[in-house]
Amino acid sequence: MSTENKQFTISIYTENNIGLLNRISAIFQRRHINIESLNTSPSEIDGVSRFTIVVNITESQMKKIQGQIEKQVEVIKAFYHTEEEIIYQESCIFKMRSNLLFDERQIQNIIKESNARIVTVNRDFFVIEKSGRKEEIDLLHRELTVFGIMQFTRSGRIAVTKDEMKISSMLKALQH
Amino acid sequence: MKETQTIQNKAESTATTERISGSEAVIKCLLAEGVETLYGYPGGAIMPVYDELYKYQDQIHHVLTRHEQGATHSAQGYARISGKVGVCMATSGPGATNLITGIADAQIDSTPMVCITGQVGSHLLGSDAFQETDIVGISTPVTKWNCQVTKASQIPEAFAKAFFIARSGRPGPVLIDITKDAQFEEFDFTYQKCKGIRSYKPVPDTDENALKAAAELINAAKKPLVVWGQGVILGKAEEEFKAVIEKAGIPSAWTILGASAIPTAHPLNVGMVGMHGNYAPNVLTNECDVLIAIGMRFDDRVTGNLDTYAKQAKIIHFEIDPAEIDKNVKTDIAVLGNAKTSLKRLLPLVNKNSHNDWHQEFKNLYEIEFEKVIKHDLHPTKEGLTMAEVLKEINIQTKGDAAIVSDVGQHQMIACRYAEFNKTKSNITSGGLGTMGFALPAAIGAKMAAPDREVVMIAGDGGYQMTIQELGTIFQQKVPVKIVVLNNEFLGMVRQWQQLFFDKRYASTEMTNPDFIAIAKGYSIEAKKVTERKDLKTAIKDMIDCEGPYFLEVRVEKEDNVFPMIPTGASVSDIRLE
Ligand SMILES: Cc1ncc(C[n+]2csc(CCOP(=O)(O)OP(=O)(O)O)c2C)c(N)n1
Ligand SMILES: [Mg+2]
Repeated sequence: MSTENKQFTISIYTENNIGLLNRISAIFQRRHINIESLNTSPSEIDGVSRFTIVVNITESQMKKIQGQIEKQVEVIKAFYHTEEEIIYQESCIFKMRSNLLFDERQIQNIIKESNARIVTVNRDFFVIEKSGRKEEIDLLHRELTVFGIMQFTRSGRIAVTKDEMKISSMLKALQH
Repeated sequence: MKETQTIQNKAESTATTERISGSEAVIKCLLAEGVETLYGYPGGAIMPVYDELYKYQDQIHHVLTRHEQGATHSAQGYARISGKVGVCMATSGPGATNLITGIADAQIDSTPMVCITGQVGSHLLGSDAFQETDIVGISTPVTKWNCQVTKASQIPEAFAKAFFIARSGRPGPVLIDITKDAQFEEFDFTYQKCKGIRSYKPVPDTDENALKAAAELINAAKKPLVVWGQGVILGKAEEEFKAVIEKAGIPSAWTILGASAIPTAHPLNVGMVGMHGNYAPNVLTNECDVLIAIGMRFDDRVTGNLDTYAKQAKIIHFEIDPAEIDKNVKTDIAVLGNAKTSLKRLLPLVNKNSHNDWHQEFKNLYEIEFEKVIKHDLHPTKEGLTMAEVLKEINIQTKGDAAIVSDVGQHQMIACRYAEFNKTKSNITSGGLGTMGFALPAAIGAKMAAPDREVVMIAGDGGYQMTIQELGTIFQQKVPVKIVVLNNEFLGMVRQWQQLFFDKRYASTEMTNPDFIAIAKGYSIEAKKVTERKDLKTAIKDMIDCEGPYFLEVRVEKEDNVFPMIPTGASVSDIRLE
């Protein structure tokens, strides 16, 4: 197995539980694995939550982590995927000074070309939102930095897999 | 506690509804789960439950230990000797934090345990109230599962899940934290035992193909070696295990926690693996052609340097916990599932064999170990007493029927190396965590769970003093445990490392000890001290003959070392005999 670090996107289907985030993050913390991004949300299944976690580790580490995650009582199933196996999005928002919209005409072009959109404009500031792949967001960030960004934040990754997850059929089998 | 609403238990209804308080519900849950004994210590936040215990004292026996850590280890000892779930209880804050060492110990040694803690009232949560501590947060990394209950109505389901999770699959400790208002609150109680949890599969399916592949490897092997662990005992698979190794004629070695699953004297039992294990199984780990690991987890104290561990061998791993597969040692064939069912299914697939030449290699290496180590341990010619000769005498006088509860240190390694076991679940010791102070309270729990068995505790002078206060529990409960302290006036195991690896700089390992006899007598426990070999036999006879608890201090050689030894980082085959 490769000993090189790779980027993995982990999808974890869980029961809703207050303490579970703690349990899951502790698995990474104990092994000094940095979580690049973490998102929790409902999933396609009623009452089941989905964690999406991005890490850079070796595949053999990844397998062990998967085992440790699935070992948690309230975890239904954990999957991991490489970038090629998923469709993913991250999103970000920028807050910028409104006068830039008029003084720096290229900003309009940057927004258009990067497929970002303006969410709101008022007298003092305006807000740009962009969803996309990490590199696209990085690029937009670089392009806007020169004009001065008042605030910037970026979300965790969300992803769906190209192949079927098989989680619904698994749950059905568990339920009878 | 949201999870009780979302997790769907496949439960079976057992009782009718009655209106009672949360604290009474706690007792009724325990009774419904068959709990007869629990260990604990009261305090403000758990007082309502103690008040109910008072009312139910004819049905459930609460043992007041002298420290909450003692309660956890007693519950562990209880669980380890009986296979039942151990239960302990404490108040919030310091009571709860005092449980942590025992919980961590139970987690790493897969001991089923349910811990109940009181918590401040729910309106005070997060306010840094008196004796408020986030015990759910603190215990999360060392529990198999935990939860906080803030409403009485959540109690039955929390307990049902707790017991189910603690005892099913790979067992482990769970913790339920109950706010004080939930203890007072009245609700309509019914109890349903938990039959399953949607997100939790305790025992993975056993793959027939994996079994066949394993059998093929075993049948083709010229030099197979079995290394078994506690999974055989926890899975109640002793008979199936014996049947397989006897049919296939495989030399079999054990990890510390696997000890006693088959008798010490069994002809296929080739001894202990690991740091202070036997010479033959350690050396031959690196010569076998197929290594069959059964219910063990390749702990670093067992494997030594992984880069040189059994590299020549094909590895088969029988294991209940999928997360253990390939965790430390890459396996060729993993057979998931409960040891009992896997081994039962494996039996018809393996061929009869005897491997006589291969067995001879074990015998040859045993002879070397005997000459270099065992002879001097068991039949010393020097004046000072050895720890091993004490064990030998205990073996003789208990005919190998005793359960040995050992603490942590040199005496533990000696106890594991030399104790002779006829019965399973007889070696009770803190393996994974190596918790000094484990033995005395664990022996209390073991004796209470198995009153018909002789329970002999072996501790060092150091570890004994870590939970010595539990003599008070023995005194009050009249628990007839036999307490043996092998006194070398040193933190011996650490001193051994200082001697071997730190140029004999004995930093803080020499101990000036109190009068242990006087202390035992202070608790009205019969006590004797042995300093000479000639008195050993009678002293042990007096101890075994004594109907009540008994304390025996044996002054042993101060600076003896435990050998063989695999120095940290060395290969199992580089095990040192001196
Ligand atoms: C709670 C705890 N603290 C420290 C240690 C480290 N430790 C391991 S063995 C040992 C010495 C034990 O001394 P003693 O109980 O006298 O036993 P001996 O080795 O002398 O037989 C120590 C300090 C430990 N295992 N547990
Ligand atoms: Mg000592």
